[in-house]
Amino acid sequence: MTVTGGRTIKVDTLARVEGEGALYIRMAGDRVADVKLKIYEPPRLFEAFLRGRHFSEAPDITARICGICPIAYQMSAVHAIERALGISIDPAVRLLRRLFYCGEWIESHTLHIFMLHAPDYLGYPDVIQMAVDHREVVDKALRLKKIGNRIVHLLGGREIHPISAAVGGFHKTPTRNQLRDLVEDLEWALEASLEAVRWTTTLPFPEFEQDYEFVALRHPDEYPFNEGRLVSNHGIDIEAAEYEDRFTELHVKHSNALHSVIRGRGSYHVGPLARFNLNFDKLPEVARKAATDAGLKLPVRNPFRSITVRAVELVFACAEALRVIREYQPPALPRVEAPNRTGVGHAITEAPRGILYHRYAIDDNGLITAAKIIPPTSQNQRRIEDDLREYAAQLVAWPLEEATLKCEQAVRCYDPCISCATHFLKVVIDRD
Amino acid sequence: MSSNSNDKAKPKPRIGVFKFASCDGCQLSLLDAEDELLAVAGAVDIAYFPEATRTMLKGPYDIGLVEGSITTHHDAERIQQVRRQCRKLITIGACATAGGIQALRNWKDVDEFVRAVYASPQFISTLKLSTPIAEHVPVDFELRGCPINKYQLIELITATLAGRKPNVPTYSVCMECKRKANVCIAVARGIACLGPVTQAGCGALCPSYDRGCYGCYGPMETPNTPSLTSQLHILGQTDDQISRAFRSFNAWAWPFRKASEESEHS
Repeated sequence: MTVTGGRTIKVDTLARVEGEGALYIRMAGDRVADVKLKIYEPPRLFEAFLRGRHFSEAPDITARICGICPIAYQMSAVHAIERALGISIDPAVRLLRRLFYCGEWIESHTLHIFMLHAPDYLGYPDVIQMAVDHREVVDKALRLKKIGNRIVHLLGGREIHPISAAVGGFHKTPTRNQLRDLVEDLEWALEASLEAVRWTTTLPFPEFEQDYEFVALRHPDEYPFNEGRLVSNHGIDIEAAEYEDRFTELHVKHSNALHSVIRGRGSYHVGPLARFNLNFDKLPEVARKAATDAGLKLPVRNPFRSITVRAVELVFACAEALRVIREYQPPALPRVEAPNRTGVGHAITEAPRGILYHRYAIDDNGLITAAKIIPPTSQNQRRIEDDLREYAAQLVAWPLEEATLKCEQAVRCYDPCISCATHFLKVVIDRD
Repeated sequence: MSSNSNDKAKPKPRIGVFKFASCDGCQLSLLDAEDELLAVAGAVDIAYFPEATRTMLKGPYDIGLVEGSITTHHDAERIQQVRRQCRKLITIGACATAGGIQALRNWKDVDEFVRAVYASPQFISTLKLSTPIAEHVPVDFELRGCPINKYQLIELITATLAGRKPNVPTYSVCMECKRKANVCIAVARGIACLGPVTQAGCGALCPSYDRGCYGCYGPMETPNTPSLTSQLHILGQTDDQISRAFRSFNAWAWPFRKASEESEHS
């Protein structure tokens, strides 16, 4: 952090986010003149080099967009390609994919709640320092994270860039006994998640509410992972295939970055708050009760409360994982045939950070001819700047160092994954 | 992340973690070592690791862990500075050791790639090639994998601090399959597998999950890629398929690069 003329908040390297970004806020008197969430992560051009690759490679290749949420990429890829090929998956595979996502949500949300975000609320630079004073909390968090990773490891072979997800199903599916081995850990994890919800309510929350347009999947029967219509609290209700009709990317003068916006409206909010507000009625009783007991009232519009909402989603993910394990019967085949066929397919799934959109066009040799990928962080980026514009105005009287920390905390509410976003955002390498 | 900073005892070795073009997965391996994290953090001084901490201390560092490949002019300069600050420089993962999946641009027109992804390509500053760190600065050890194996990383850090050679085997995935008593999926089921030319380290993961190895740990020491290419032809793989198989996460690693080009041009 540096001070320029005493009126600029400048964080050259944002810490405890995935990927590399910087933050600039310029104040003119008590007015916020400019906000830039700068992204200097170099572009890797995935959508370009996916062309000419076989569709069966897409889940492995797109996983490499993000080491933190590779399953999200694998899930959006396989569902979009299955639609392009017109194939249907076995109901048991559908269940396993939900379980797979539960694992990723547990490890990713735990990482964010305790290791990336909580240190802000408690005034530590990182979780290691936090562990000196809160060893029991951190030990439990590490165990919880490990249980999420254990699910991913069992279904996918390893935690980062798992290898078993495939178009049509999995390369190999687990036995009932293998899943049952997870039950004891998951029962502990459910209790630990309920405790995590309670623990987050003891943290100090800044007073800050915004009138967001929340966007998330909504499914008639369940809290969303891989299926559902895309809805918002301001009337959006569409299929994944209509996404690009309603959403677009804008060129913003002050940052030279593409920001996703709703056509004709503006920024929107994806992620745990959006899912929770739009799907509260689909949460299992145990998660609804935890939320109510924690004092969450719909709609939750304070982004700093997202830490509690993430913990409620941990409760959901543990309960859902236990449900899937109870119901699971292995499929007849680990995956259905996926023959080469010309087609276009779209899918949206709920990454831990929010909706992840994939579109693929495939030719009759099964080769990808076009790919479009819009990750959650590029969708939240404009919303983050809008938040900062409002929030920084409340901090004009604060000492600069504290105001800077608060603004960083506000960015981290979104659990931004800059590694993901960069490959699709327009980037200017600023060498000032 | 320096705990016990008032400790007057012998200073702990200082570690820096640096990111270039990558997915963050390899550095996440450190945070994924749930059972070892607090012990590692107690044994070393994590002086620079932005993904984990706001504390960012200046160099020099005893060990620099570098993730990611070089794809911009800016990063080509930055790696020189990082090298100067690190007594030992260790590269982790396929991006840092082989250029990563983003090295697929190396066979194409990068300007066309940029136009395909970005509406205003004039704002993008990127190099024609994605290259491994060792093409820019001397590297003390390259840890392979996409992603790396976290236990190999801990072994490597431990060995480096102790001044001994790390136990990181350079033989092929086939050795790991044999040790797990896997039936060979290529021989028994005719599944195309890069295991015979790929370095061990994953635990023969893909063959254990009923699929062929796709080479994410990169080439083993002295791989016989022409022999494998012939075998893949016998299994019915086309030149295009073989070329694509070698051209993925370690595409720019020389033996794979050469094998992919031979199938492309044959």
